[in-house]
Amino acid sequence: MNAYIYICKRSLTYLNKQMRRDVFQAIADPTRREIINMVAFNSLNLNAIADNFKVSRPAISQHIKILTECGLINIKKQGRERYCEASLQQLNEVSKWIERYRQLWEEKFDRLDGLLDKMKNNAAKE
Amino acid sequence: MATKNETTIKAEPGTQEIFITREFEAPREIVFKAFTTPELIVQWVGPCNLTMRLDKFEPKAGGSYRYVHIDPAGNEYGFHGVVHEVLAPERIIQTFEFEGLPETGHVVLETARFEALPGDRTRLTMQSVFQSVTDRDGMMQAGMEYGVKDSYNKLDELLATALVN
Repeated sequence: MNAYIYICKRSLTYLNKQMRRDVFQAIADPTRREIINMVAFNSLNLNAIADNFKVSRPAISQHIKILTECGLINIKKQGRERYCEASLQQLNEVSKWIERYRQLWEEKFDRLDGLLDKMKNNAAKE
Repeated sequence: MATKNETTIKAEPGTQEIFITREFEAPREIVFKAFTTPELIVQWVGPCNLTMRLDKFEPKAGGSYRYVHIDPAGNEYGFHGVVHEVLAPERIIQTFEFEGLPETGHVVLETARFEALPGDRTRLTMQSVFQSVTDRDGMMQAGMEYGVKDSYNKLDELLATALVN
């Protein structure tokens, strides 16, 4: 029973790792970051997005394809138009490791606080 | 009653760096000592639920270091690097590599700066520069995983006792 649960957990972790790596690669590109910023608060259609950039329309389409593949953007059809909207849940994934990393260091520094107090007291005694 | 000093982190999306900042209620000579003395390092660097073993620690230019975190199940996680500069009491520069990754070569350049603040206080800024954006984010994920793994072990133990009972 334990082995079964362990294997399930390991598979989920691998899948999550894969997804997270793609998200990071997606936002490593400045144009893609700009696109996410644009659709963060408003849905925009593809043409409206492309108009803001000097690069070609196909290049922007390619960027948007990458962003939809890793779940950062959803495309919704309204009549003939296709609107892009941001999927903020994925962006939250990125900030999760940052917060976890910060907490790890916070724990260490809290211990260091205690040690520094001891060191100051010892120095005062001399 | 003094408010607690905050640990702040800056890791902008799409960049290769992480900055961690923290202030301390001690002069930087003392803080610097806590970073460069083996008997003192082990008292604060290792996470609570892991024991830390210092295999090697040479806090001087050209020195090297290696330490190991050991989880309750006995799994070991090794870290090592070389020391580029130890400039008391203001700066330490070293490389860093986590041995638990699928391949070697993902090295981080770490700079710790110790700034004297009024009132015998110190501001510490730790800058970590990775070889690429995906290195930073991927390695961080891997690093977080081994912390998570520990939680899984604890969960396994809990389940084991639950099943027996």
